[in-house]
Amino acid sequence: MPRWAQLTVLPALNLMAALLVTALVTWMIGEDPLECLQILVHGAVGYSEGIGYTLFYTTSFVFTGLAVATAFHAGMFNIGAEGQAYIGGLGVTLVVLALDHALPAPLMVPLAVLASIVFGAAWAFIPGWLQARRGSHIVVTTMMFNFIASSLMLYLIGHLLIEPGSQNPTTREFGASSWVASMQSMLAAVGVEIPSTPLNASFLIALVALVLFYVVIWHTRWGFQLRTVGVNDKAARYAGINVTLVILLAMSVSGGLSGLAAVNELLGSTHRLNVAFTNGIGFVGIAVALMGRNHPVGIFLSALLFGALTQGGLDLSFEKPVITREMIIFIQGLIILFCGALENLFEPFIAPLFKRRK
Amino acid sequence: MDQLISVLDSTIRVAMPLILAALAGLFSERSGVVDISLEGKMLTAAFASAAAAYVTQNPWIGLMAGMMASIMLAMLHAFVSVTYNGNQMISGMAVNTIASGITPVLGLAWFQQGGNSPQLPDEGRFHEVVLPFAEQLADVPVIGQLYSRLLSGHSVLVYMTIVIIPVVTWFVYKSRFGLRLRAVGENPHAADTAGVSVARVRYIALFWNGALCGMAGTFLSVYQTGAFIKEMTAGKGFLALAALIFGKWRPVPAVIGCLLFAFADAIQIRLEGVALPGVGIIPSQFIAVIPYVLTVLLLAGFVGRSVAPKSIGIPFVKSR
Repeated sequence: MPRWAQLTVLPALNLMAALLVTALVTWMIGEDPLECLQILVHGAVGYSEGIGYTLFYTTSFVFTGLAVATAFHAGMFNIGAEGQAYIGGLGVTLVVLALDHALPAPLMVPLAVLASIVFGAAWAFIPGWLQARRGSHIVVTTMMFNFIASSLMLYLIGHLLIEPGSQNPTTREFGASSWVASMQSMLAAVGVEIPSTPLNASFLIALVALVLFYVVIWHTRWGFQLRTVGVNDKAARYAGINVTLVILLAMSVSGGLSGLAAVNELLGSTHRLNVAFTNGIGFVGIAVALMGRNHPVGIFLSALLFGALTQGGLDLSFEKPVITREMIIFIQGLIILFCGALENLFEPFIAPLFKRRK
Repeated sequence: MDQLISVLDSTIRVAMPLILAALAGLFSERSGVVDISLEGKMLTAAFASAAAAYVTQNPWIGLMAGMMASIMLAMLHAFVSVTYNGNQMISGMAVNTIASGITPVLGLAWFQQGGNSPQLPDEGRFHEVVLPFAEQLADVPVIGQLYSRLLSGHSVLVYMTIVIIPVVTWFVYKSRFGLRLRAVGENPHAADTAGVSVARVRYIALFWNGALCGMAGTFLSVYQTGAFIKEMTAGKGFLALAALIFGKWRPVPAVIGCLLFAFADAIQIRLEGVALPGVGIIPSQFIAVIPYVLTVLLLAGFVGRSVAPKSIGIPFVKSR
């Protein structure tokens, strides 16, 4: 079977299978799957505001998808992107709350972005260290770190960072100098009019990250070491690669990428830190990486798909009260199943079709 | 004494679902199949059993439904890991995600209560069982208190679990199937050469894994809270897995690991809002985080390194 077909036909079939099961469940709870699909597609790409929101969600999913993929290439299953993004948000918030009145935007924003990377990386570094040095199970530790991050943030937001006198567990609004430019204002500067959505310059950072990911993983010495460790860490060690160092760096890069998702959410959209602002983006990242087969092009496309699903799903839940955003989590689970665990399920049925043509 | 007994009492209550899940994980992992999906299976079972118990007003039918739902997911995991040779980690993650998505969706469609199930009526729940002579012995010092307050007055599921622990231990170490189970987990090729069907053993192991997880989930919804609540497992499946690793994949140490977690949890509830000398009131978030931190410390091998079954996580491909 040719490689191009393996990378397009099989994922497409897997996606179809996932959507088919979703349709079945939709039908079981008494809704018309086709009508729901129509609402969903219209909500995601049918009008310009919907497209803006879709791309806004896509941005976060690109970051968490790349995060999971980085760890994957090094042979680790990082399911802690959620917590890493959450702690990345803490980094952003601390820097912004301390300095937003003192620094102008050209200094403030890069500093906040840096803080998100450093905090996310630090939160991923610990499980990485535990894996490399103490042999802990990375899946379980990163999961535990999600829970720990969530408790820690609940405490910090509720007791220390909360806006004085406020009843809601959120911080004060960030100063305007820390806001990442919205896509609307950026395009308005060159004379293009688009409606107001949370889509912001982080989208461009995400595109850069995708390209950098490709270059680093496939065209640098470190990327080669990373992939070698991922394929066979014993052989890598034998070949003189410092496996411990590669694992530590891979997890840190992974965490840093997750942290960037917080920039999109906090500096690009809400302009304040909320409890549970991550809202599952780290877990979506797992599905995105698996469906995109850990390749930047695939990751971008599947992030786009999940962005559309999230935005369309929200529209759908307004129109159909019985369908909640958990439906998206369910679809995400099916995609992890079909595109991740059963990735070549349809190969035996499809491969002969390609042979006959020769 | 009174305080101690009540801490131990809630330790037992909290430990049982963890123990069931850890034993479930034992079956799967001893056969060589990694199972991070204990969490999802428990959650699904908690939902299915609460739904069935609510509709039929019968906790036993709830238990059956919970076990069946969990076994179905275990069979899915078996199909991916054994028949298809897929990535077991990813398959487990898929089961977890599917469970946390599907339970509130069906819950909302069936009960219109924001994804939770309605509170189960008394007939639909498992009740506390008073052991014989518990009341007469209650006044006898020490022994009477231990018997009537600690041992008596639990749900029938607790007593079932207490019986299951030695049964599983016997099953794994002394039975014919147990020998095959361990052989398949350590060296599937040797087992295969000896005429044992690796796939069959792994399927059977995952069947029991599903059954036990189903019981664990039922325990949470049909006994402990009396209703299904969204995401009610809250990491218990991962704690059970940690206890299993802590117990070096052996039943009794794994059970002790579960009791340890449950003891931390029982103390945590008592620390809530209590001012400690020199520290003051510890914020609830710090207390809530204890089991997770404990898990990380246990896994980091600060209590001794554990060696996993050798073929764990590796799909078995028959050599020709």
